[in-house]
Amino acid sequence: MDRKILSVQGVDYKYAGSGWQLNSTSFSVAKGEIVGIIGPNGSGKSTLLKIASGVITPDSGSVFLQEKDIAKMKRREIAKILGYFPQNAAGHFDYSVQEVVAMGRFPHLSGAGFLSPNDMDVVGQCLVRAEVEQYRERYLSHLSGGERQRVLLASVLAQEPKVLLLDEPTSALDMQHQVKFFTLLTELVEEGMGVGVVTHDLNLASFYSHRVLLLKDGKIIEEGSPKEILTQGILEDAYGDGVTVIPHPTTDLPIVLPRTGLGAWKAKAS
Amino acid sequence: MAGYGLLSVVVLAGAPFFGSERLGIANITNALFSHIPHVDADIFFYHRIPRVLLAFLVGGSLAVAGSSLQVVLRNPLAEPFILGISGAGAVGAVIIISVPGLSIYFGPFFSVQLFSLLGCILCVGAIYWLARSPLGVSMTTILLAGVTVNILCGAAILMIRYIVSPHLLVAMDRWMMGGLDVVGYRELSALLPLLLPGLLLLFLQGQALNQLAFGEEMAMGHGVNVASVQKQVFLGTGLATAAAVSLAGPIGFVGLIIPHAVRRLSGVDHRVVLPASFCLGGAFLTICDLFARTVVAPTEMPVGIITAIIGGPVFFRILLKRNRNM
Repeated sequence: MDRKILSVQGVDYKYAGSGWQLNSTSFSVAKGEIVGIIGPNGSGKSTLLKIASGVITPDSGSVFLQEKDIAKMKRREIAKILGYFPQNAAGHFDYSVQEVVAMGRFPHLSGAGFLSPNDMDVVGQCLVRAEVEQYRERYLSHLSGGERQRVLLASVLAQEPKVLLLDEPTSALDMQHQVKFFTLLTELVEEGMGVGVVTHDLNLASFYSHRVLLLKDGKIIEEGSPKEILTQGILEDAYGDGVTVIPHPTTDLPIVLPRTGLGAWKAKAS
Repeated sequence: MAGYGLLSVVVLAGAPFFGSERLGIANITNALFSHIPHVDADIFFYHRIPRVLLAFLVGGSLAVAGSSLQVVLRNPLAEPFILGISGAGAVGAVIIISVPGLSIYFGPFFSVQLFSLLGCILCVGAIYWLARSPLGVSMTTILLAGVTVNILCGAAILMIRYIVSPHLLVAMDRWMMGGLDVVGYRELSALLPLLLPGLLLLFLQGQALNQLAFGEEMAMGHGVNVASVQKQVFLGTGLATAAAVSLAGPIGFVGLIIPHAVRRLSGVDHRVVLPASFCLGGAFLTICDLFARTVVAPTEMPVGIITAIIGGPVFFRILLKRNRNM
């Protein structure tokens, strides 16, 4: 119980003017674990993450961050404990990489918002950790989508949070950087952080999560280890019959493949 | 930043010495240090200095207000008057001009100033009320509400102009063109209680504005109370703009263009942009006012005309020279 950093308890949320809703959903993130949050499009993954990070307020239910009700905390207090990596962050001015990462120090600043040497040290370390040190003078608009996502991670890490909530953080990364990104997350949880990550890549969820939550239609329908959840039966139930699950040749973790396409079908038939 | 500071000091120190009347520096220093009265000293201390101070404060405030609003409203065309403040101020001024019997002083304020101030504050109050609505009003709604207020006020002004006797129209037009003619320090000091808290409120938002410019969700994740920053910016720009408009009329261009010029020249870090806008806006309006009171001496041009005539080409130059950071 005391290892839980973040605990979401029975939250409901309804978008005004739409029939869709998130139904009394509960989950928690503990120290030292990566929780993979998966589910088909429109299943409520992002909504759940926004509620958990306090960006939107649930209609009912509550969110506890280190056993404090998030509704009663100031944004700055929340940001010192919880780092939120939104799905799309694009500003209308162009900042340099270093400026963006320095923005992560906001919860620790006061007054007109200038950084102390200690703040600059943290920014420097985060630039190195997210492997964007070499771009520090470059402008965000001059970076590729993948480089930008790593800059955003560095910016969130600069908050020095205890729990990270990431919404599709590797959607624009190549395979090598996806692996590096999740390896970094693994290192962070080994240092005691808790991570909740929404991803569409079921294999990354399988290889790197300690626990997996499967959402469908605004509800968590399954929760457990990747081996328990990523099975042919459960995934077909959530995603329809477009997937094939096979075991990994060396680790025995589940691998999820899309079902073979039309061309292959024809080749097989002939 | 040092460059902006230096520019401000040079402009503030130099501008009072220029004008339609050539002043003897010896006469001024004699009056100051040896108490020998001289008309040159009176002009210098009671006309030139207050006027230069007013121009600098008004220009600086409008530029800072514009910088902040462009971020909060997420619109590069935002400027202090887009929230309807100038329109409401103009209605107040026009109403009082249309009743010549009311051209009197209320405390430190001339009736026109007082009523335009009331109009502005009414408008600021309405926007603030809208912004703090618990339902969560979008910035687009506030922008549209401001534009609507301006259109309504425009219609009200046309109606008043249609009704009143024609010789009053000159006074109304003159107010609408904007002007910085003050005598002494009375109005100036009466408006400081409005202007200074407004500016201070805005200057404290530098880092938060950077965060907002980078995206609202990211800003919230970083610990910015987005709703509160928006409210504070509306209140701050409202107070500063109300003070500026009621004293100097709706002087256009400064609040829209100076922030863009600063971002082109010095980047988009609002901890720098805000003070730099204040310096550049202040210096720019002071120089424009210098032209306004010298080019057609012994009479004067409305400064609102000069800001666009000088500022337009200068801004084009900046626009074409550097194409980064936007």
